[in-house]
This record gives sequence, C-alpha cells and structure tokens, in this order.
Amino acid sequence: MSSHEPTLSVLGTSALLFEAPGHAMTLPDQQRIWALAREAARWPEVREAVPGMNNLMLSFVCAPRSLADLHTRLLDAWEAAQPLPLAGRVIELPVVYGGDGGPHLADVVAHTGLSIDEIIEIHSTPAYPVYALGSHPGYCYLGGMDARIATPRRKVPVLSIPGGAVSIGGAQTGVSASTGPSGWNTIGSTAMHFFDPAQDPPALLQPGDTLRFRVQKVIR
Amino acid sequence: MIEILSASALATVQDLGRLGALRWGVGTSGAMDPLALAAGNLLLGNEAGAAAIEVPVFPFQVRFTEDGTFALTGADCAARLDAVPLLPWWVGEARAGQALTLGLPRGGVWRASRAYLCLRGGIDVPAVLGSRSTQLRGDFGGHEGRTLRQGDVLCAGAAESGAPVSGFGLVPPALALPLQVDGVPAMRVLPAAEYTHYTEGSRAAFWAREWKITSQSDRYGYRLAGTPLEASTSVEMRSHGIVPGVIQVPPGGQPIVQMRDAQPSGGYPKLGTVIEADLWRLGQAPIGSQVRFIETTWDEAVAALDQMQAWLDNVHRLVGLYRRQQARS
Repeated sequence: MSSHEPTLSVLGTSALLFEAPGHAMTLPDQQRIWALAREAARWPEVREAVPGMNNLMLSFVCAPRSLADLHTRLLDAWEAAQPLPLAGRVIELPVVYGGDGGPHLADVVAHTGLSIDEIIEIHSTPAYPVYALGSHPGYCYLGGMDARIATPRRKVPVLSIPGGAVSIGGAQTGVSASTGPSGWNTIGSTAMHFFDPAQDPPALLQPGDTLRFRVQKVIR
Repeated sequence: MIEILSASALATVQDLGRLGALRWGVGTSGAMDPLALAAGNLLLGNEAGAAAIEVPVFPFQVRFTEDGTFALTGADCAARLDAVPLLPWWVGEARAGQALTLGLPRGGVWRASRAYLCLRGGIDVPAVLGSRSTQLRGDFGGHEGRTLRQGDVLCAGAAESGAPVSGFGLVPPALALPLQVDGVPAMRVLPAAEYTHYTEGSRAAFWAREWKITSQSDRYGYRLAGTPLEASTSVEMRSHGIVPGVIQVPPGGQPIVQMRDAQPSGGYPKLGTVIEADLWRLGQAPIGSQVRFIETTWDEAVAALDQMQAWLDNVHRLVGLYRRQQARS
C-alpha cells in the first residue's frame, strides 16, 4: 500500500472502499472525507456514502458493470475535495473507569506501561470529534485519541460487552451504544442513550459533533 | 393469523434487508437466504421483498388462527400440515386451527439449515427505517425487535387481488444453480484490500482446503476453522465500512465471514468477500459442515448477480403464468 495515493478496493459487488493515504487519522483529512461523501452521495450508482476513519465506503444501488469510471470520478473528487468543517454540538459523558465496567484497563496498563491514573488523565483530557458512525446503531468513531494509550485490538473478540462501554481499539477510542460483541479493550462505562429508531435522525450524534469524557469515578 | 407454538426458537421476521441506514451505524439484517425468501414471496404473488419468518432451529410449529395461504422455502424440513406431509418449496393452504410443523432439515444433495415461512400478503409488522427485518442489536424492526417466542401472533398484510392459488412449487436454487467443489458446497470470493498481506502458502491453502463452520456461527458471522491464515504484513487497521460476506481475519488467523446481522463497519484485515450472489449458499450451510471458496473476478461476480436475478425473474414469470392459468380454469 502506497502512503501517498488513496487506495481503492471492492467489498464483493456490494460496495467500494476508498482509503485516504497515510495512517495519521487527522481531522483535516477526515473533513475532506466528509466533503467526498457529500459529493459521492449524489452519484446515481451510490446508495450511501458512509465515512469511516479517514476512509469512505460507497454502497451500490446496483453493482456497476465496470469500476473504471467510478474510480476516476472518486480520485478526481478527492483531489478537488476541500476540508468541510462541520461544527456540531459538544456532549459531555461522565465515565466510571476500571472495575467491572472496565475489565480490560489492566491490559492497557500492560501494553502501554503507563499507570491507571496516567491512562485516565490522557483519555479524559481531549475533546474528541465524531469522525463517523458505524459498528452498531448510534455508535460513534472518534478522532483525537492520544497515541500514548493506543492498544491493539484483542486477539479474540469478546462475545458481549454492555452498552455504555468505553473502549480503546488500536489508536481509536469509543463508547458502545448497545450490548454486543467487540474486539476492543473496555476501560470504563457510561450511561447515555445514543440511538432511538423512532427519532429522525435516529442517532444522537453525527459527524462533526464533539464528545468529552469526564472522570466520574475510578475503580482500582 | 398465525400463532407461534414453539418455545424460544431463534426464529425472526426478515425481509431483504434494511438498506440505507448505514450512516447511523445500522447494518442491513435481512434473510440469510434472500433467494429463498424472495422465491417464497413470488410463489404467493407477494412482492419479492415482503417479510417472512426465518426459522433456524427445528422442530418449529405454528397454528393458523384463520384460513391462509403460505409458502415454505429454504431447508427441506419434512413439513406437515397437521398430519399431512408437505413438499419443500411448495405453496399450501391452511384452514383455521391447523398446525404447521417444520421438522429437522433433511440431508442429501441440498442439505440446508434455514427454512422460510411466507404468508400471502407478507408478515405485517411495522417498517422501521425502511425495513421489516429484525435488528437484534438495538432491539428494533421485525416483531418487537426480537426473536419470536411461544404465543406470539403474527398477521399477514393485504394480499394482491385475485383468488389464492396453492398446490404448486419450485425446483430450489441449490439444484437449479448448483455450485460445489469436490462434492462440497462452494462460494465465490472476490479478494479484498488486505488479501496480499497473507503469505502465498496461506492464500493457496485458503482456496484449496475445506473450511469447517464452527458452532460459534450465527446470523452475525460464521467463524471458520481450517489451516490458520498467516500474515506476512501486520497493520493496525482504521475502522471502515464493511458488508455481509466480508471475510475478516483476526490475529489468530481463523477467518470470520460477516453475515446479515454483521456490524456495518470493522477493523480486522479483510481477505476477501463472499460475493452477494453466493452468500445465500453460506447462509444455508449448517454448523459443522465444510465449505470451499473459489477465487473470482469482478466481471464473474456481476454475471453471477445477473444469473441469480434471471432465476428470480423466471420464477416470477412461471408463477404468474401458472396463477393466471389456474384463475381461468
């Protein structure tokens, strides 16, 4: 994979994945992804343009006969894309770190070599921009995590973690919106409803909003 | 219209999936065997995408609380209406009070694991975010956002005009569109972005060997067991959109094929994607059985979609002819 050119690949005949070059997951790059999504959502073969973390998935209304034209359009649109600053709301989440609600905090300690206090301090300091939604209904992928607490995803995914779990997967952090399986390291828990299918839109947060974690309690 | 008699059976209401809600983190759900669901609906004169009951655990029993026309597709599960045996992939007529029993799926050339019970008019549950499929994670869609249980009553929606026609059936697609390698059910796979991150030996083994569907397999994903895939490059991935059929490889090297209830995004490396035209085959492969994978190309994968649609179009045409003929006689 070249680090200077975007990568295009297919997900069967259902979707195409566009990945921005580099691995930094920077906000300006993500703002260009939002701009690209807005543009690609207008194309006739595209059902949805779904931002990921510095990448974009286009799901198809109908699989195109040939991908060449779509590839060209995407690359041209990326070249032309200017960062789209979406300024949303700021939401504060009180977090209980550690204990039963944070069973993998010790694994983050072991991987990073930092103390529990250092990890919590580093985790609760930044304002995290919502980069994208995905994983499960209402779940937000956040940018802005400090690389010092990055911890690889678990070798074997956990079959069920509860809604409200605050976790770290690689260089990312997030909060699960409902009970389900996860490959991430859960370090704490919070109480917040992120999704209601009866609302329009059904998700509480959208790209451009900001999350802050406040330390409610630390269980050692 | 029908009452569920079986105790907790993991059966769910499904249609062809919730398309267009990925932006809120909502995956597609939908029938594990969309071909069986669509064909069952066409047999009844329904829209191909009407909601039906997907049955993964047997025996499964319902009682008709009023007269109704139904179709059974998917696994051949030795169904009986009261004591009368029914043919698989067949349209039947039930009178009020009759019990429909689905037994254990039969073995044989098209051994399958999921049956579809379709009602004339479709299962009438509210559409949520554009679909009647059950979204288990988040508890919405389908019947109260959950699996069916004993005592649940489901109604049929309004049917197309014309008298119901029953007593006919279809040759199942497992026979009409067979795909096997060395006698083992097979699925075509398009390589994905991280395909080349695996050693040549691992890739060769992926195509050449059988993969067992482990007991840790469900509507979310099929965890496969076989020769572990060995990565030659290791990268920490950024989360990105995925679709049902994507074959993820966690660090342990045993692949997981994402199925209909899969998350709409993920971050494990992707070896490839079981193409949409073949995902029904995997959705029907029983736990404990073996499957094979065949490398394919974009053009072949699109042609396979065309072939699947042509089969459905033909079903639609033939059923229409038969229904019109019956209406005249």
